[in-house]
Amino acid sequence: MTRVGVLALQGDFREHLNILDSLGVSTVTVKKPEQLGEVDALVIPGGESTTIGKMATRFGLIEPLRESIESGQPTFGTCAGMILLAGAVTEGDQPLIGALDVLVRRNAFGRQNESFEADLDVEGLDETFHAVFIRAPWVEKAGSDVEVLANVADHPVMVRQGNILASSFHPELTGDNRIHHMLLEMV
Amino acid sequence: MQTGTDRVKRGLAEMLKGGVIMDVVTADEARIAEEAGAVAVMALERVPADIRKHGGVARMADPTKIEEIQASVTIPVMAKCRIGHVAEAAVLQALGVDYIDESEVLTPADEEHHVDKWAFTTPFVCGARNLGEALRRIGEGAAMVRTKGEAGTGNVVEAVRHIRTVTNQMRALTTMDDEQLMSAARDHGAPFDLIREVASTGKLPVVNFAAGGIATPADAALMMSLGVEGVFVGSGIFKSSSPEAYARAIVEATTFWNEPEVVAKVSRGLGEAMPGIALETLGDTERLAGRGW
Repeated sequence: MTRVGVLALQGDFREHLNILDSLGVSTVTVKKPEQLGEVDALVIPGGESTTIGKMATRFGLIEPLRESIESGQPTFGTCAGMILLAGAVTEGDQPLIGALDVLVRRNAFGRQNESFEADLDVEGLDETFHAVFIRAPWVEKAGSDVEVLANVADHPVMVRQGNILASSFHPELTGDNRIHHMLLEMV
Repeated sequence: MQTGTDRVKRGLAEMLKGGVIMDVVTADEARIAEEAGAVAVMALERVPADIRKHGGVARMADPTKIEEIQASVTIPVMAKCRIGHVAEAAVLQALGVDYIDESEVLTPADEEHHVDKWAFTTPFVCGARNLGEALRRIGEGAAMVRTKGEAGTGNVVEAVRHIRTVTNQMRALTTMDDEQLMSAARDHGAPFDLIREVASTGKLPVVNFAAGGIATPADAALMMSLGVEGVFVGSGIFKSSSPEAYARAIVEATTFWNEPEVVAKVSRGLGEAMPGIALETLGDTERLAGRGW
């Protein structure tokens, strides 16, 4: 049975566990480096990217995360997860895993008052996906190996690069498991 | 594109789960909080321990101060308005704060009504001492709840009492049939549809943090073990002898609350915690948690 780990340092990891449960895979929370070797795929949840990044640094997870992702582990990051996977952010200095060849703009749509929900066309899905964006980032610049799967106002909000999938919205908040299913297809 | 929806308002609180929200009064303190790993800061004129000491009327913070704090960090910035003070709430929304705390720590502006929170795009967090109070606030549109402790005391006993009360009251609902639920709605003074929702899910419809009296990493771990989804720390950080160390240790203890070895490790050598106050020495008028209804 496929075993999916969800990074559980901070954020909405429980919502990811619930939606993965609905897909019939076994799930486990990941807080320690040694747990990375025990899973077939990994989710980096929504949350505060600075908090998750600092905790991952202090508890020795950044390097092991980079190694397991670069060795081909299917990985899906949502919102803060997308930021942590990115190679760079437009402003500030925060710990990043850097496996995804994109430059990300944090809080790109604005503050909480500008947070929104919208129906989105996603490459590879037949029907639109109802997406929730919360103080969400967008991809400012993407490397040539990065495939853009969805846009909002010409800004990429969902991308794939090999074994890495990332969205600036939160599929874990709507109960629609089609994007998590895309991750499982990569296993 | 829809902004200000229930899902978007409640969703930000979902993203804060497992984290620590810290009271700050300056941009420098906000940077220390962010550096320590806070998920958000609460911009205030004075921390609760000082409100307690100075007395007088405690109000919303100066907009200049809120803007300085917003400019200094990338994490969400929250700010407090007085209970029922619709105009302060509107100012905070205009300033673009990420969450408004309609707070009993400030002096109430209305002794009968809370703000109609549905009318705002900015989400609200409110305090509660029991299930009825929590569901009334949610009924008014609160997108997040914090079980109240006694702010500014460094004493966790009230925070423990109130989360235990809420949990026990929720658990009791899960065994009731519809006739009993209507009677429970009357007893709790809470909307029937919310009572029925809690009875079927066994949890509040919004994220619940603990607030008030949390002063050490072990206090934070205790509150997490009682089922809250994160913690607010007020005076506990910047009234301690070493704010950077306390802030960082409380963040780490909140993530690893169920691993005592980690809580032990981060608790070592932090220096003096904030001075505490025994609750029996406070008169009824000095208790903040009783404000709000």
